[in-house]
Amino acid sequence: MNSIFSELNSRILVLDGAMGTMIQTYKLEEEDFRGDRFKDHKILLKGNNDLLSITRPDIIKEIHKGYLNSGADIVQTNTFSSTSIAMEDYALQDLVYELNFDSAKIAREVTDKFHKKKYVAGSIGPTNKTASMSPDVNDPGFRAITFDELVESYKEQIKGLVDGGSDILLVETVFDTLNAKAALMAINDYFEENNISLPVMLSGTITDNSGRTLSGQTVNAFLISLSHFPLLSIGFNCALGADKLKPYLKRLSNSTNFFTSVYPNAGLPNAFGEYDQTPNGMLAQLREYLDENLVNIIGGCCGTTYDHIKLISEEVKKYKTRSISND
Amino acid sequence: MTKCKNLTLSGLEPFELKSNINFVNVGERTNVTGSRKFLRLIKDDNYSDAIEVARNQVEGGAQIIDVNMDEGMLDGKEAMVKFLNLIQAEPDIAKLPIMIDSSKWEIILAGLKTVQGKCIVNSISLKEGEEIFKEQANTIKKFGAATIVMAFDEKGQADTYQRRVDICKRSYDILVNEINFNPEDIIFDPNIFPVATGIEEHKTYAVDFFKATNWITTNLPCANVSGGVSNVSFSFRGNNTVREAMHSVFLYHAIKNGMRMGIVNPSLLEIYDNIPKELLGFVEDVILNRRDDATERLLDYAENVSNKTVKDKKKEKWRDDDVQSRLTHSLVKGIDKFIIEDVEEARQNSDKAIHVIETYLMNGMNVVGDLFGEGKMFLPQVVKSARVMKKAVAHLVPFIEEEKVEGKKSNGKILMATVKGDVHDIGKNIVGVVLACNNFEIVDLGVMVPPEKIIDTAIKENVDIIGLSGLITPSLDEMVFLAKELEKLDLKIPVLIGGATTSKTHTAVKISPEYSGPVVHVNDASKAVPVSTSLLSEDSDDFVKGVKTDYEVVKENFENRKVTKSFITIDEARKNKFIIDWNKSKIVKPTFLGVKEIVIDDLSILREYIDWTQFFRSWNLHGIYPDIFSYEANGKEAKKLFDDANELLDKIIKEKLLTARGIFGIFPANSIDDDILVYDNKSSDKVLDKFLTLRQQSKKAEGIPNIALSDFIAPQSSKIKDYIGSFCVSTGFGSDELCSKFEKENDDYSSIMVKALADRFAEAFAEYLHKEVRIKYWGYSSNENFSNDDLIKEKYIGIRPAPGYPACPDHLEKNTIWKLLKVEEKIGVKLTESLAMWPAASVSGYYFANTESKYFGLGKIDKDQVIDYSKRRKISFKEASKWLNPNINDI
Repeated sequence: MNSIFSELNSRILVLDGAMGTMIQTYKLEEEDFRGDRFKDHKILLKGNNDLLSITRPDIIKEIHKGYLNSGADIVQTNTFSSTSIAMEDYALQDLVYELNFDSAKIAREVTDKFHKKKYVAGSIGPTNKTASMSPDVNDPGFRAITFDELVESYKEQIKGLVDGGSDILLVETVFDTLNAKAALMAINDYFEENNISLPVMLSGTITDNSGRTLSGQTVNAFLISLSHFPLLSIGFNCALGADKLKPYLKRLSNSTNFFTSVYPNAGLPNAFGEYDQTPNGMLAQLREYLDENLVNIIGGCCGTTYDHIKLISEEVKKYKTRSISND
Repeated sequence: MTKCKNLTLSGLEPFELKSNINFVNVGERTNVTGSRKFLRLIKDDNYSDAIEVARNQVEGGAQIIDVNMDEGMLDGKEAMVKFLNLIQAEPDIAKLPIMIDSSKWEIILAGLKTVQGKCIVNSISLKEGEEIFKEQANTIKKFGAATIVMAFDEKGQADTYQRRVDICKRSYDILVNEINFNPEDIIFDPNIFPVATGIEEHKTYAVDFFKATNWITTNLPCANVSGGVSNVSFSFRGNNTVREAMHSVFLYHAIKNGMRMGIVNPSLLEIYDNIPKELLGFVEDVILNRRDDATERLLDYAENVSNKTVKDKKKEKWRDDDVQSRLTHSLVKGIDKFIIEDVEEARQNSDKAIHVIETYLMNGMNVVGDLFGEGKMFLPQVVKSARVMKKAVAHLVPFIEEEKVEGKKSNGKILMATVKGDVHDIGKNIVGVVLACNNFEIVDLGVMVPPEKIIDTAIKENVDIIGLSGLITPSLDEMVFLAKELEKLDLKIPVLIGGATTSKTHTAVKISPEYSGPVVHVNDASKAVPVSTSLLSEDSDDFVKGVKTDYEVVKENFENRKVTKSFITIDEARKNKFIIDWNKSKIVKPTFLGVKEIVIDDLSILREYIDWTQFFRSWNLHGIYPDIFSYEANGKEAKKLFDDANELLDKIIKEKLLTARGIFGIFPANSIDDDILVYDNKSSDKVLDKFLTLRQQSKKAEGIPNIALSDFIAPQSSKIKDYIGSFCVSTGFGSDELCSKFEKENDDYSSIMVKALADRFAEAFAEYLHKEVRIKYWGYSSNENFSNDDLIKEKYIGIRPAPGYPACPDHLEKNTIWKLLKVEEKIGVKLTESLAMWPAASVSGYYFANTESKYFGLGKIDKDQVIDYSKRRKISFKEASKWLNPNINDI
């Protein structure tokens, strides 16, 4: 635990880039997702990227390796949707522990092959249900999921991630702060019950130009709502490109004594949902973050590739890390 | 001295108790113990008015909202959760932090699990001892909330200065030293009790409170003090003039002593300077306990003051504006309180009720749309606007109905859905509302709707239009998928595409070409109405044609601009072929070589090979056989269909109403690149014919091959003898006669049933024959023993791909099969001009036996392969392009 804290005090660490984007390059078909084991599964599995940790671990390993070779210090496990809640769509709730365990193990194995210290961050996604918003416009009081259900589901995921060898837990792409609070509660409970402690990173998402989370919170309200947990870092990822995200990250950076992280998308998607911001284009925007000393951890989200991370990891070496006060 | 952080809280917006803020006003009207009106509203389940109470408090200046549902007749937990959930959907209320107020811990816990922001718990205390106090404080800490701590211990509520000080100190020490509670998150409530009650001991209550407050803020670092102010005037209930003055005076002194937060009804608060001098004097005497007869003097005074009832002091200014402005205000702010009266007024001003929607309400919604676009409104607010809009429309609907020309019920039925995997539905809901306003009937399937459900519902509900929405990028693929599915079912229902990531270009290039029905991209709600109207009008053909032409232009323009990126040349693709180690691969010499005809006299042999799941699908009943029978939605229907089918099957089999004829051949073969040379079974130098296969050409990740079927046959250069088979089976003979017989009897159901069964028989025959070939005629898998289920799941070794399907989309290959096997001459199955088989219940294909052969999809191929193919096929590039068109990369 201490090692990453002290590393963060001395330099900017690089997070990996998009898993989904790299998976897409393999042009996988339904059979790839199914493998032998899920050949007879009743629901289509194509698109269930997390499942590839079981059916095509070779690919996931290759992607982790690709990012680490590109200079990433931290790789995120392929577990963004590996909760019983998100897996319900695929009727794979029972697989949650294994998905998380295997994904963490794969990432662990790849990182352990490097001489330099590299970290595995267990990715904990937002699930596809929101605890503080109603999916039904006519029934604003309705909730598709409760806090307790989220805590239970997250706990199962956390167990797999920890058992599989994660160094860090990363609660990410938070669009509803109540979901994130449930994740932190689950982490807290799990740590207490098992008498362990890992650094926890948290990353929210600003969904549009209003500068708010999907659940409506401003940057500072978001920060206040989550500051009770002794986080390693807090930051933003996804939804917007680096240029649009900057004012919000800046606001966050100015208001917190946690380390900060940012991993934006490669711009905004074009008409085909493809992200076409080039590594150099993205770097030009990220350089502003570095110039203004806003971040401690930096990486890429949707649309970013090995090339993006390679450029970023080379560039950050030229910069001093953001310092935090310890009061 | 310890440096203190400020107390921070949050709703949708942050709150910080900065040093320049001298008092924070906590709204108390949403408290059933303090407000009879609020209690009645909650008891009557009138939550929409209860929300207005909260809103009034915000507008009245409350900075934190206290919510309390402690009432014997209420399910307090349920009411707390429901009310909190509801106000979370009101951005102008939810912007503020919440104070979760209850004497029941389970209600507090439920509240904490409902609110995303940092709340204040009201309250905990040492009342039930240290253990429970610590446990509760720990939980609050885990939720990241602040808490009010009452001056209360095992002995009771503190009512003297010393008890207040002692209990607060003890509580503070436990919280800060034992469980590391942030001291700034501790807010003491040293108990405000009523004064001027006539009881001697009560006289010092206010003064003791002030002194204790002073002591706490001086001696307990960083902690804050709060109190329920209205308690102090309890004995003057009913006399608001006096009460307002008492609150004001009490606050004035409490603030001076360090109380920075309080529960107080701002509308029951006189400004200190505005209190009449005489009254001020009487009140201060009471509060500060300055005279023994202070209470009596205030009572005398009170009797003389005419009791002013509290009125709605300020009628909101915007209510004086014109009706359009008022409607716009309500829509933008999401206020539904006046919407009915305003809409009614607008209706009176209009010729027709529908005009209210088309002008007044649409104008208002346009403002909402603009503000949202500029980032000045955010999603939850837009949802609220939509709700107000719905209310407005609901009021107008009866009038619109009345004004309508007789008979015509609605303009059309529109299915709306956010596609699978996507939770975003604001845009969809707005479009739905706007369409509903314009008298379209909306079938809203909600979010994350799987394609099957969309299609099933569209058919079942007989909708006129399908509206698809999505915000995240994978939704684009879902939409394309859905278009393909609709096409497969030969539906023609128009499809509207909308949502943030969708675009006209994507719709034109990727979606529209997949579907022969109309597809229109609708990028904002206002466009949805004219488009839907046009689609369902009498001249819809012209409109659709116009859109298709427009989209073709867009597509062409796009393609001219697009650079290829994900294709490799056919030569490169061939170098990256699927590799089989021919030296190790076991090739079984077929026990039978040549061509053989199979006639099945007894169809009951095929019965067990029928794939019933597919049969149900042909009737649009989706589900796996036999599980489908237990499905709630269509299980009964499926069972009935199944019984009818079997009855007819019995008849067909017994009376031999259908005939099954098949033919297959197995030949020596070798591959050269993408061609498969088929040799005469006697002299392997003699090439009988050539199968032409197509090769995957998209750029693959390292290690992933570009496959063609020819990769599964040993290359000529290997000098290894390999084999290939091909076949055609049909069970369609007799079906036409049978169908026309049923049709004559007006029994369409049985006629369709015959066709569906014949199709299934043909597939069953193909399955049966493949098995015979594997076990007997080729004999490479003579030991296999699979159930029908296993066969359906393709567990066997080897494949039987069919021309026209994903692995080999080239229909022209059927000509080669027909020539090789003399299909038409021998068994009578013909090929139409477009190379469809007749009778329709026929299947043809190849047999590949290699253990490594597998099904795959060709995907898109590039122009160079089409050129290469046209040379191999000896046809023009143009003709080749025609046949392979769906698979050619859109360049």
